[in-house]
Amino acid sequence: MKTEYKYRVLALFSALVLFSIAILISGRTVDAASGGSITGKVKLNGTAPHQRGIDMSKEPTCAAIHKDKPVTMENVVAGADGGLADVVVYISQGLSGNEGASSEPVSITQKGCQYIPHVVALDVGQHMKVINADQTSHNIHPQPKNNPEWNKSQPPGAPPFDVTWANEEIAVPVKCNIHPWMHGYVAVVKGPFGVSDESGSFKLQGVAPGSYTLTAWQETYGTQTQKVTVAAGKPATADFTFTAK
Amino acid sequence: MRTFMIRWALLVTVTAFLGFSALSSAQMTRYEQDQRLGTEAHVGNLTGHAHAAKENYRRYCVGCHGEEGDGEGENAVWLDPKPRNFTLGQFKCRSTPTGTLPTDEDLYNTLGRGLVNSNMPSWNPLSNQARIDLVAYVKHFSPKFQGDKPGPPVQIPPEPEVTAERIKAGQAVFQKLECWKCHGVEGRGNGPSADTLTDDQNRPIKPFNFHDGTRFKCGTSDQDLYKIFMTGLDGTPMPSFADNVKPDEAWQLVFYLRTLQPMQSKEKQIARQLGLKPINPNSTPTPSPQPAASDTPATAPATAPETSPAASPASPPPADSASPNPPQRK
Ligand code: HEC
Ligand code: HEC
Repeated sequence: MKTEYKYRVLALFSALVLFSIAILISGRTVDAASGGSITGKVKLNGTAPHQRGIDMSKEPTCAAIHKDKPVTMENVVAGADGGLADVVVYISQGLSGNEGASSEPVSITQKGCQYIPHVVALDVGQHMKVINADQTSHNIHPQPKNNPEWNKSQPPGAPPFDVTWANEEIAVPVKCNIHPWMHGYVAVVKGPFGVSDESGSFKLQGVAPGSYTLTAWQETYGTQTQKVTVAAGKPATADFTFTAK
Repeated sequence: MRTFMIRWALLVTVTAFLGFSALSSAQMTRYEQDQRLGTEAHVGNLTGHAHAAKENYRRYCVGCHGEEGDGEGENAVWLDPKPRNFTLGQFKCRSTPTGTLPTDEDLYNTLGRGLVNSNMPSWNPLSNQARIDLVAYVKHFSPKFQGDKPGPPVQIPPEPEVTAERIKAGQAVFQKLECWKCHGVEGRGNGPSADTLTDDQNRPIKPFNFHDGTRFKCGTSDQDLYKIFMTGLDGTPMPSFADNVKPDEAWQLVFYLRTLQPMQSKEKQIARQLGLKPINPNSTPTPSPQPAASDTPATAPATAPETSPAASPASPPPADSASPNPPQRK
């Protein structure tokens, strides 16, 4: 009985300590999601691995779209100047928790039996439109771990449908069972994010001044992190380099 | 000396705190598990209690579904398809939209029926009470059943009369929705995509062959068949078509699918009278009386129309569709 009392006092004390630490930490970030930004470039060090070609002859309407330019897998998409595309950059630590999701929907389009873009990023709760621009049926079949899995057919000419994701998950693989080569990702993040383009450039907007841990995720190479500080009215920069394997 | 004391005090506090949180989290999971043994299931005037099914689960289910309900029972290695992992809260046979939990009745019916083309037998020999208790026990393995509610069940309108027109229209729906990509033009489970299909555990899975099956995993009635393609079989390549099939089209499709099955039926008789030929995916499907079935994929231009979210805002799905955004917002 007596020892239990002692433990209670200790537990209370440690809770207090933690509480004050939490207050100290939270006091450092500014809540208003005002104008700050983080820009940077993602580079690939070395030569990108060979991307296997895709034979779409089983789906003539899609094969026709690509007849001038053969399609390859997109596990590593490197630009001419070493920029690495389709890398999701997001804030993994330091958010105040008050950042609201953008009301602008993002979209994922099935076109030429590919997902465009290959990697979509969006906020928890942000709307995503799923569009079929092809003359063939697709079934959109995400394989999440932290969100419910579903599987919907979308015949040609069907209207886009709307999806939201309840939980953070970087990243949910998406596939089409009818066209097994189709393969994309939906990165469900919290707070500001950017996805690198062909030149490797990305931009996170609406970052409140503060210190953050920035994470870059690439489907083949995994994640990298670095610290970054955003000062009021000054865009911060952060570059990432992945090494080709 | 003083700094030493302070450090020491801090160390003790932190250790104590860590110890405490570990202890309380262990207690928490045990508590949660106990809580979950209080899970109930309701069908009609039957009420099932998870704790009442402990014995029966151990006796009848553990060999396949495992002590922890993770589908890793000692017999699991020999089975294909694999026993369900109940901790994921994901089920093939549902009356609810893709991505949502099944109703208690769905699970109860599954236990009574068993799953054809698998090692999951029918549990009808057990009493109704034993089965509803087992439903509660199956649910208690997944935390999802604590938070989420089952999705809204698919509404099935009264079945219309089987007519030659409806069967022909159903064939056009089969072609338009491209069931044949997986199930084959004759429904033999040998469509162009059939060989590459895998389930969620990346194990090969075959599409249903309508010619050698009188029963489906998820039921035998026309209503069951209606439900199957409206909800999809979660965890498999078989998708949900709820967003794109109107109720009358769905009934037409049911009637057409019946013509492919081996047993005698009114549908099969009519198909024979009509001399119904398998679809030809390279031709225009037989025009259906339904306006929606007239946009034929086979005759559409080869170049895809440019669709952008701004240019084509999501038009509302058909009124009968289960819910425009079911899987994620719950
Ligand atoms: C001989 C092995 C075996 C035994 C014993 C067995 N099951 Fe199964 N069960 C399976 C297999 C295999 C599947 C998956 C079948 C499939 O995916 O087609 C399954 C699937 C299920 C499903 C999922 C249905 C769905 O819609 O996805 C439930 C629920 C279930 N079993 C409950 C039980 C219960 C309760 C018991 C004990 C009374 C039991 N099973 C005993 C093999 C077994
Ligand atoms: C992407 C491939 C694919 C498409 C497209 C598809 N199916 Fe399936 N279907 C499957 C697979 C795989 C199974 C087997 C699932 C299992 O055994 O667990 C299946 C099973 C079925 C079953 C049997 C379910 C049961 O309970 O046993 C029916 C009925 C069915 N499909 C009807 C349809 C209809 C109707 C369409 C078109 C509207 C369609 N399918 C489109 C892959 C597909």
